[in-house]
Amino acid sequence: MMKGNEAIGEAAIRAGCRFYFGYPITPQNELLEYMARKLPEVGGCFLQSESELAGASMLYGAAAAGKRVMTSSSSPGISLMQETVSYLASAELPAVIVNISRGSPGLGRITPAQSDYNQATKGGGHGDYNILVFAPASVQEMMDLTMLAYELSDQYRIPAMILGDGIVGQMMESVVLPEPVETIPEKSWAACGCQGRERNLVISAPFTDEDLIDLNRRLQEKYRVIIEREQRAEMIHTEDAEFIFVAFGIVSRLAHSVVDSLREKGCKVGMIRPQTLWPFPDDAFNRIPRAKGVLVVEMNEGQMLIDVRLALNGRVPVRHYGRGGGWVPSPDSIEAEMLKLMEEVEKNAVSL
Amino acid sequence: MQLVFNKPESLTVNPFTYCPGCSHGIAHRLVGEVIDEMQLREKIVGVSTIGCSVRCWRNFDFDIVQGAHGRGMAVATGLKRALPDQVIFTYQGDGDLAAIGMGETIHAAVRGEAITVVFINNAVFGATGGQLAPTTLPGQWTSTYPKGRDVSWTGSPINMSEILAGLPATTYIAREALTTPKNVLRAKKYMRKAFEAQTLHGGFGLVELLGSCPVNLKLKPVEALNWVEKNMIPQYPLGEFKDTGKEAAS
Ligand SMILES: Cc1ncc(C[n+]2csc(CCOP(=O)(O)OP(=O)(O)O)c2C)c(N)n1
Ligand code: SF4
Repeated sequence: MMKGNEAIGEAAIRAGCRFYFGYPITPQNELLEYMARKLPEVGGCFLQSESELAGASMLYGAAAAGKRVMTSSSSPGISLMQETVSYLASAELPAVIVNISRGSPGLGRITPAQSDYNQATKGGGHGDYNILVFAPASVQEMMDLTMLAYELSDQYRIPAMILGDGIVGQMMESVVLPEPVETIPEKSWAACGCQGRERNLVISAPFTDEDLIDLNRRLQEKYRVIIEREQRAEMIHTEDAEFIFVAFGIVSRLAHSVVDSLREKGCKVGMIRPQTLWPFPDDAFNRIPRAKGVLVVEMNEGQMLIDVRLALNGRVPVRHYGRGGGWVPSPDSIEAEMLKLMEEVEKNAVSL
Repeated sequence: MQLVFNKPESLTVNPFTYCPGCSHGIAHRLVGEVIDEMQLREKIVGVSTIGCSVRCWRNFDFDIVQGAHGRGMAVATGLKRALPDQVIFTYQGDGDLAAIGMGETIHAAVRGEAITVVFINNAVFGATGGQLAPTTLPGQWTSTYPKGRDVSWTGSPINMSEILAGLPATTYIAREALTTPKNVLRAKKYMRKAFEAQTLHGGFGLVELLGSCPVNLKLKPVEALNWVEKNMIPQYPLGEFKDTGKEAAS
């Protein structure tokens, strides 16, 4: 049995992460404290920074040296880190950032929410860029997606985020521990002293205007490849489903239980559960041939909703059920929303 | 024919892109010479920060990481923790180090990070066109306070070396002015000691270099150096403020 937040830390260490920098904030302190306890045991470095601004820049430095690194925070702290996330994107540095998010703009409260979807998936900081965003729905997935985040982050030289909430972070579940990574890929670009080679530059902005345009082109080309290859979603009864939930993270667990209970009642329902939020699993929406209606359930005011609409491009009516600010829907209320959508679609009374 | 003067190996052949009379060029040359003399070129990682020296990687010929504005010492902290056997230094202006980066600066010094800092104090934000810096002198013209710095409105100049020397974990802190050949030679000696604070004593070393930004002072290069001598040195006294390596040795 393991707590979600600690599972991320354990997976990071198994993935070869030896450098953690961060600043305390609830509800993710278990991760920070896990790294504080465990990293010294494996010869790693834990450093509590004076702020998220500084912690993220420390992460940037250690990433530039070619190491596997992690920082974590919750929404207000993640906002402060966006400066570095943008720099990581432009300098093409791999790094894993964990957001165990809160609800509401401003300080918010520690109640669980999914209100940082837009910030995470649309770049978050300034400039034309994206980062990989993973949405675990169980403690096991906290581990598995953290392992994957390190692998893909290195492979594409792109920052990656694990986007969770207070419930997945705090809940205890049994897990199968992933095998530790034996060899981390060689990073010939790292800035670590130029002995025996040409010097390496890890820079955010090239010297000329043309080079900067080229950099942006190259980033977009990389993003295109990632969109093509790295979309991930769990498809639940989607082959024959006429009504489909779309939900990620903790709320997908609730929606899943509703899928099961409605199936028992003979309703043809299913679910698309995005595991990557960027790249958004657009392709999954081409594999729901019988769909007549889609219900997006989110613990926010309708953020993933927009990506779902874009993926469906008007083919299927889409409804949203969600609130921000730390609201968790009950399975009964999710079921009632779905029944309402089914009824409206059957009556032909639904608007897109 | 005997070659008596050449570019240090640690500098590239790229020309400096600074304004005529700018002190960044002299400071770069000193960094190159000290790194050559200490034979650190292959084991050094420099952190370039944001200011007129943002592209110092065009001139320094070794590994460089470019950090965000003010975050130089946090980036250097990450590098040093990841590469404890390598030598890490930052090159920062006064806006970078003492305005937006004050938090990172103080806390790196509080931790006694084993890094070296080359700090260029030219009393102004050069890159953005001559706005007020925390180091701007009372009465000094800036583009944001054209009537001169009014200390009752914007506060008084900040003496970073004295502050950092007062923190228990720092190892070496010194200030020199890049105004006369004699001072420049002493600046080089201090810079070397700021690197030795890291290489010999595993500590935090900083050299503050008073320099001129003739363009934003609206002075000719020589006048600007005279201005530094006459106005900056009284506010920012020269010398070594802390040298715990020496104390430990004696
Ligand atoms: C976050 C952020 N804010 C503001 C700027 C704009 N900016 C660039 S350099 C600079 C000040 C540089 O002054 P200083 O550090 O004294 O260096 P100098 O140019 O004088 O060498 C500012 C405000 C920036 N690049 N990033
Ligand atoms: S603006 Fe000032 S600091 Fe910047 S290059 Fe010109 S003289 Fe140097």
